[in-house]
Amino acid sequence: MELVSLSDAQRKSRRGRNIALGVVLFGLVAVFYVVTLIKFSSGMMQ
Amino acid sequence: MTVIENHEAMGPEGGARLSEASARDFFELLKPRVMSLVVFTALAGMVLAPGHIHPFIGFIAILCIAVGAGASGALNMWYDADIDAVMTRTARRPIPAGKILPKEALAFGLTLSAFSVCILGIVVNWLSAGLLAFTIFFYVVIYTMWLKRSTPQNIVIGGAAGAFPPMIGWACVTNAISIESIVLFLITFLWTPAHFWALALFKMRDYGAVGVPMMPNVCGEATTKNQIVIYAVLTAMIGVVPTALGFASTAYGAIALCLGLGFIWYSIGVHRMPEGDEKMIPAKKLFAFSILYLFAIFSALMVDHLIATLWLTVGKVA
Repeated sequence: MELVSLSDAQRKSRRGRNIALGVVLFGLVAVFYVVTLIKFSSGMMQ
Repeated sequence: MTVIENHEAMGPEGGARLSEASARDFFELLKPRVMSLVVFTALAGMVLAPGHIHPFIGFIAILCIAVGAGASGALNMWYDADIDAVMTRTARRPIPAGKILPKEALAFGLTLSAFSVCILGIVVNWLSAGLLAFTIFFYVVIYTMWLKRSTPQNIVIGGAAGAFPPMIGWACVTNAISIESIVLFLITFLWTPAHFWALALFKMRDYGAVGVPMMPNVCGEATTKNQIVIYAVLTAMIGVVPTALGFASTAYGAIALCLGLGFIWYSIGVHRMPEGDEKMIPAKKLFAFSILYLFAIFSALMVDHLIATLWLTVGKVA
């Protein structure tokens, strides 16, 4: 196992990718939450 | 500090070769321009379909179709990285530019493909998810891996991949495939050859340099020009079929006819272009008009449908 120090550019791009991934994951949670509410409410109406 | 466990991640001087790709570079892998066309035609399919879909579910469906199309674009860039590096049009794409490693693009494309298909199936219906999965498979395996490098008819058959989105949009609402959705498919399917061969004419040297058998390189300019006119006529004919089948008005039919005649006009301009023309202005004009044509046809269909629906609603209220 080797340890290396990241350059500024590598650190910055990794941070950007992590933020984008976080936004996508949060978006997925929100999508499934809202879709569940929609499916439940339409199911109850029937 | 970070841990290096894989020596593929080591650079040529032994230093760490960790990715400097930004989120924007990954977005570029999705071919955003193609995605915008896919979103638009899928939306058209959804708007034109009889029935109702919850606006939020509809939004998620469009998002899944867009991401699925983007994922197939990423997989296409992964497979075609060798030829992309040589062609001027594609040399600045993230993989040939060295911003993203091919294996990163592969993982990204596969992950997005799986997520887009599964979410569309869970949230909307499994018919549309199946069609999206087939579209991705068709574009990546049938077109990119097989047809593109083996036959000058690559774009004719491969064009099916780009024609599926309105059919998927239709299936999202109706959970079915019908004659109307097949007509929407055919509009893009028959439009694709003239559109791409116009591009291939003025990018002939690029395609020739990488050995991709596009029609102008293999069969010559004259044959390509003949085929462009034939497909332009077929596109103009299928453009008015919605009126003939009764799911669009006569007004739409008139607009589609004018647009179709314009498409034929520009294709004849290409046909008259002298052999070996350096500037290829008529081919560039046809390419630009073809993009306008597709947006105009699907816009006209949607506006026509919305007016008809509004008219019906007003009639009921009155």
